[in-house]
Amino acid sequence: MIALLRRDLAIAFRAGGGFGLSIAFFLIVTVLVPFGVGADVTLLSKIAPGILWVGALLACLLSLDRLFALDWEDGSLDLLATAPLPLEMVVSVKALAHWLTTGLPLVLVAPALGVLLNLPPSGYLWVLVSLGLGTPALSVIGAFGAALTVGLKRGGLLLSLLVLPLYVPTLIFGAEVARRGTAGQSVDTPLYLLAGVTLAVIALLPFASAAVLRVNLR
Amino acid sequence: MTIHVQNLSIGRAGRRVLEGLDFTLLDGRALVLRGPNGIGKTTLLRTLAGLQPALAGKITGADDVIAYAGHSDGLKATLTVTENLLFWSEIFGNDDISKALTQFDLEALAHRPAGGLSAGQKRRLGLARLLVTGRPVWVLDEPTVSLDVASVARFAKIISHHLDTGGSAILATHIDLGLPMAETLDLTPYRAKPGAASQDEAFL
Repeated sequence: MIALLRRDLAIAFRAGGGFGLSIAFFLIVTVLVPFGVGADVTLLSKIAPGILWVGALLACLLSLDRLFALDWEDGSLDLLATAPLPLEMVVSVKALAHWLTTGLPLVLVAPALGVLLNLPPSGYLWVLVSLGLGTPALSVIGAFGAALTVGLKRGGLLLSLLVLPLYVPTLIFGAEVARRGTAGQSVDTPLYLLAGVTLAVIALLPFASAAVLRVNLR
Repeated sequence: MTIHVQNLSIGRAGRRVLEGLDFTLLDGRALVLRGPNGIGKTTLLRTLAGLQPALAGKITGADDVIAYAGHSDGLKATLTVTENLLFWSEIFGNDDISKALTQFDLEALAHRPAGGLSAGQKRRLGLARLLVTGRPVWVLDEPTVSLDVASVARFAKIISHHLDTGGSAILATHIDLGLPMAETLDLTPYRAKPGAASQDEAFL
């Protein structure tokens, strides 16, 4: 289990592993939005939490199609399926590795990018908290989408279409936490719902992902 | 660790390819599958390995004893030979890879990235994985593809040793490995009759 996590992290950080792609994309979105929206500082600080959330979500989506596709192509998915490790665990560990290499870096750079969007000082903490709570759900849901489309040529398009609706609850509650926190309002309700969505998908989706992987391996 | 197969029917892509298969694989024995391309050798091996369900019939004794080696070796190009092998040995709960490296003559390559190996060297690394799994039944799909003559002889010796120490192997191969304990099973008589009920098994 630890071995699988270590291997996935090692591959991600080596040449061609794709680490940094999501952060670069996130950076580009947040740099470009002020140019597109114009130099209206109050408007920018108002939409900053939402832009950060949408940017992080799309950046997360970018690396999903590689999650199982690479293991499928080189045959290691077949071998993992015959290994003593349960497939549910394989899926969970790979989602965790995806979060550590994609979600976590996005969470950590979000406050720095908030500066570019004139995020009010009260917002930094809540952007950090809401992304920290929400991005694990993005990785786990993404792993489910990747499991569904593994083995399809150019499955990335189908993957995005399948996953986007599932991302909506996380986006709504996550962005709401960041927005209310920034405006100084109570964040309790969206925060609990965000945490609830994340915990539910972590608990349930690995079983669904493992089931569809088994079907796709046939 | 004896594997019994009774009245097994298997299919690929919703089409029945083989039916009525019966055989027994005893400890210390090897079974060589023969038959023309497309007869269903790979499908049979994948079914035995548990990667796909049988359409009918029974396989007993195959749970958690099989080490499967298919057409692709499951190697990561950016990891070194040692890292690749160490990963699989840890997954299977072992930690000694030195024996596997020696037996497959991979020591000189130990620190090279797997992506820089030749096809034959990759295959040797893929087969070395069998030794680190510690599993008794090897299910091998065309294991000698892209191996040179010396490596084939080396591999035949490794299989013989595996059989001598109580392991067993079932392999699909077109060349004669010269295994003393091997029986041959020709799959041609088991080809499914045309029109045999095919079924939509994708989500069942």
